[in-house]
Amino acid sequence: MSSVEKILEVDHVTMRFGGVTALVDVDFHIDKGEILGLIGPNGAGKTTCFNVMTGVYRATEGEIRFLGQPLGNKKRFQITKAGIARTFQNIRLFPEMTALENVMVGGDTHHKTGVLAAVLRLPIHRHEEKTGRARAMELLQFMGIADRSDDLARNLPYGYQRRLEIARALATDPKLLCLDEPAAGFNPAEKEDLMGLIRKIRDQGYTVLLIEHDMRLVMGVTDRIVVLEFGKKIAEGSPSEIQNDPRVVEAYLGAPDDGTEALVDEEVGS
Amino acid sequence: MSTPNNDTVPVDESMAKEMIKAATKSSPRHRFSPIDAFSNLPSQARLAISLVFLGFLYVLPWLTWLPVLPTTGSDFSTVLTTLVVPYVLIALGLNVVVGQAGLLDLGYVGFFAIGAYTMGVLTTKHFQWDGILWFAALVVAVVVTSGLGVLIGAPTLRLRGDYLAIVTLGFGEIIRIVAKNTAWLGAAEGISGIPSMPSFLWFKIDILEARWLWTVGLSAILLVIFVLSLLERSRVGRAWTAVREDEDAAELMGVPTFKFKLLAFAIGAAIGGLGGVFYTTRNSAIYENQFAIQQSILFLAAVVLGGLGNRYGAVLGGFLVAYLPERLRFLADKRYFAFGIVLVFMMIFRPQGLLPRRTKARTATDAPQVTVSTSVPSGGAS
Repeated sequence: MSSVEKILEVDHVTMRFGGVTALVDVDFHIDKGEILGLIGPNGAGKTTCFNVMTGVYRATEGEIRFLGQPLGNKKRFQITKAGIARTFQNIRLFPEMTALENVMVGGDTHHKTGVLAAVLRLPIHRHEEKTGRARAMELLQFMGIADRSDDLARNLPYGYQRRLEIARALATDPKLLCLDEPAAGFNPAEKEDLMGLIRKIRDQGYTVLLIEHDMRLVMGVTDRIVVLEFGKKIAEGSPSEIQNDPRVVEAYLGAPDDGTEALVDEEVGS
Repeated sequence: MSTPNNDTVPVDESMAKEMIKAATKSSPRHRFSPIDAFSNLPSQARLAISLVFLGFLYVLPWLTWLPVLPTTGSDFSTVLTTLVVPYVLIALGLNVVVGQAGLLDLGYVGFFAIGAYTMGVLTTKHFQWDGILWFAALVVAVVVTSGLGVLIGAPTLRLRGDYLAIVTLGFGEIIRIVAKNTAWLGAAEGISGIPSMPSFLWFKIDILEARWLWTVGLSAILLVIFVLSLLERSRVGRAWTAVREDEDAAELMGVPTFKFKLLAFAIGAAIGGLGGVFYTTRNSAIYENQFAIQQSILFLAAVVLGGLGNRYGAVLGGFLVAYLPERLRFLADKRYFAFGIVLVFMMIFRPQGLLPRRTKARTATDAPQVTVSTSVPSGGAS
């Protein structure tokens, strides 16, 4: 695990909103090619951490380095262009666009067509449209949702929408793919599929950061886990280390998080 | 990921299209829609119908003998050139800003005013550009309006939603009040004696003969529609739609949202400016009161009435808003009341507009529903 290239470093990041401190001195990194799980009880600061990494918020203290470069004052779309893509906890597709168009928007990140190229139908426009469309279709097939490519996103079933979000994020050709609770609302069978899919994505050479509530999914798919509680990192290690970490067990049992604690209990006990 | 596999792509696309067609046909709840019926015709038939319709539009001013269509209380070709052409152009421009990029601009009349005033200044006492220079003035007017669109957009487009609406409302008024108080722009009396388009090629245009002007205006509208349709089917159009649908998600998916919003403002303004130019071609006098806030609301009503986000809807809306009050002139003072009633009923029974944004996609009821478990998995599941 050591001596591997670090994709992203979260360097002693503190995030304050007025009087509320959402993250306190959080420090971890993501290695190239791994699946890192970021877990914690509700309100632990997982999504805040995500938002700092993708430029939605700026860290109050500390800094985020991506491929060794500080994110600094990069705008959000520039961070995406640099190679960090994400999905959203509550699905945020473009509902009035077709599934294919949703993915093509992601692919447009690296395109250069402007007004002139589009109106004069310059070769660059036609080339980007053609390759962008083919690539988007390929991603829809990869995610197993190509049969509904011409449907508006809002008409897609829930599971398709979740997958479409991942396809759209992959279209930006990210070096780091951040998934914010991708299994929320899934039944066990769908979760099983998703685990396979996340592994498949990693095997394609992507690095994945996974926020997830479902312990079984996290334990089953990640290489390493970082645990947050009340904005602080309380543990870091392999899934088996985390399962047996008394602080983690305490954090989950102490938190009134419906259902999750029972699952942890069972996972730890087994 | 693997290299793009071109073989499989068209298969899936055509498969999906077949499925959509099948779903559209078999669904018993599907009501007849002229738009769907038109798009299901073979392409040659569509081309033929379009050409016949276009031909009909071009000869419209010569069809005064038709029983229903022409306006009775006012000269039909004057209505077409002084009202329909500018209003349709403005609806098209506003549709880019509001319908496509989702930026609620309540001061759009300002761009209409800038186009008209630039034309007025360049062709009357200060510069007196005529002949071939008249066309140069047209280009300058469009460029100036577009530039001012960027200038006004740069500070205001940092705001969103209601706040943007209020600030643009303010800018629209500022433009009118500046025109009212600037002696160089004719102050409250405005600018009069603006020449019409000079005759060129076989277009014999004079102030009493509006028919050929309609030919030119209609051609300009078609050109704008063509350019906009090219833009819509490109990265630019997708970026606009993405911004409209979810600005934050768009930005996080790599869309430089501010740049594309500014672009929508600039292009919308340019088209509005062109509308202003055509407004002066037969209205030889302009004054600030023609560019009051009510006009902005009327333009917005045109776009919403036609169908927000659909160019052809915008064209239809612009046409109706310009044409109906003239056609209903026999109602005298009650015509605006009647027009208002029509608008209210439209919004109740067809809020998506006459020609809604999209018709090609299936409805949610055709989709096979996947059951979603919202409960937290119990321990027994493992």
